[in-house]
Amino acid sequence: MSTISRDEVARLAGLARIDLTDAELTRLAGELDVIVESVARVQEVATDDVPATSHPIPLTNVFRADVAEEPLTVEQALSGAPDAEDGRFSVPQILGEEA
Amino acid sequence: MGDDLTRRSAADLAGLLAAGEVTSVELTQAHLDRIAAVDGAVHAYLHVSPDEALATARVVDARRTAGDELHPLAGVPIAVKDVVVTEGMPTTAGSKILEGWVPPYDATLVTRIKAAGMPILGKTNMDEFAMGSSTEHSAYGNTHNPWDLDRIPGGSGGGSAAAVGAFEAPLAIGTDTGGSIRQPAAVTGTVGVKPTYGSVSRYGLIALASSLDQAGPVTRTVLDAALLHEVIGGHDPRDATSLPEALPPLVAAARQGLTGDLSGVRVGVVTELSGDGYQPGVRASFEAALDVLRGAGAQISEVSCPHFGHALAAYYLILPSEASSNLAKFDGMRYGLRVLPQDGPATAERVMAATRGAGFGDEVKRRIILGTYALSAGYYDAYYGSAQKVRTLIQRDFAAAFEQVDVLVSPTAPTTAFKLGEKLDDPLAMYLNDVATIPANLAGVPGLSVPSGLSDDGLPVGFQVLAPARADDRLYRVGAALETLLEASWGAPLLSRAPELSGSTTEGSAR
Repeated sequence: MSTISRDEVARLAGLARIDLTDAELTRLAGELDVIVESVARVQEVATDDVPATSHPIPLTNVFRADVAEEPLTVEQALSGAPDAEDGRFSVPQILGEEA
Repeated sequence: MGDDLTRRSAADLAGLLAAGEVTSVELTQAHLDRIAAVDGAVHAYLHVSPDEALATARVVDARRTAGDELHPLAGVPIAVKDVVVTEGMPTTAGSKILEGWVPPYDATLVTRIKAAGMPILGKTNMDEFAMGSSTEHSAYGNTHNPWDLDRIPGGSGGGSAAAVGAFEAPLAIGTDTGGSIRQPAAVTGTVGVKPTYGSVSRYGLIALASSLDQAGPVTRTVLDAALLHEVIGGHDPRDATSLPEALPPLVAAARQGLTGDLSGVRVGVVTELSGDGYQPGVRASFEAALDVLRGAGAQISEVSCPHFGHALAAYYLILPSEASSNLAKFDGMRYGLRVLPQDGPATAERVMAATRGAGFGDEVKRRIILGTYALSAGYYDAYYGSAQKVRTLIQRDFAAAFEQVDVLVSPTAPTTAFKLGEKLDDPLAMYLNDVATIPANLAGVPGLSVPSGLSDDGLPVGFQVLAPARADDRLYRVGAALETLLEASWGAPLLSRAPELSGSTTEGSAR
């Protein structure tokens, strides 16, 4: 039973913003098929009466004291940037040609 | 004395420092020399920081001479897994996408290590973004198991475990999302602890799966792990998932365990974490350790956790889902790699895709795509939603089990260290390495791995102890008792039986 086709992997890679080569697409389709078939076992015991758990040890209303802290300096924040200009991150054009 | 300093426990070294029998500079230099001698073969480190480590050591020595009050571990050096950010020291998480990145801030646990006056020797190798069980998914080459350089050191924290196991550091920091502290400890004959979720701050850890990640100690003795856990643990207002209450007394629990008396302690053997899939030599070592616990006065019984059989499947939906979200920040805009598309317009979106295509390795791509699938419209309820329900069932299994017993035990990993390359092309086979360690992460409970001996193949076996959330002290008591009784029967620590590494000929036979 094939659940994840090569086209589906290409669609997911687009959603995840990862360029994949043709060889990667083909290999991942095969691998993900096997993995998804295996992990689908969770459905065997996940009946309607079982609540979902998102967090191992839930805490609620977590606040810290409302006191200002020293943030990173602009220099520090930009220190790892691929490109920076005038104290700002320099990034490629945000919108495509058609926009 | 110089040559055998690297073989001593952190607790012993702290004693020597306090007594003035050795300086932190001597101690730090001894470990730097050891790294220079053997790390070419082991490759536990991605970055070594001799200047910073020696500078810290000099400060601590001066303060000690001046009579300042110091932390008990002040001057004892430590290695830090490369997934933990360190100000001014490269941090890559084993990924090409962060090659050369130097963080502008420290993780809280690093702040605490520095406050304690512990020299940081360097950053240790790991599977890329902690995704893996063998350290073979590092973008910077394999780490080798000190017991057999052709075998894996476990993962994702194979670098930290190998560094400690090869006497390149007395202490190290690991992180454990599904077993990445405990499984490397098991296959290298060292000790590793995954604390209760929230016991150690996650601030400054490069997140893999935020509801599962937990940092903890990687050491050669249980007492050392307790000492280090007390340095790095406790509430941190910068981590909203940090537990507000104080740690239980961990060092005291380890010392109590070292008396070798476990009278009245109820130990449950998890039915589902044994049998098929566990190597005969692993099972034999585990059974022998149970006899030792029985001899120490513990009451051993078998406890069933019926949903543990579904833990691995739930984990490989929850982890990729959370990872696909957490790793979205690697977009080539603010830090790390930026790759321009080979043709067409260089829009932000296309730059991001080109950067991630070039910067992420195979396993990271595999898990991000899997997580994107599990979270996508039409599949969410069937996969991610169902996995979250399994998580509830596993928590209930633990709750029921801990009404009957004080701790649960199992082998830490189903096999001893396998050969490098053996499982690299079979993701599912690789995932099975974590079958016994994953339930603890899903439920947030603490777990420890301590060596139980050698298997019939001459390689180390790990014994796992699990305790209820917030009862990490129980791990240290039971772990220390087992350790001290086993070492008494062996006549020496297990690591003394590891082969000498090349370059260690100058070390003599001292230990």
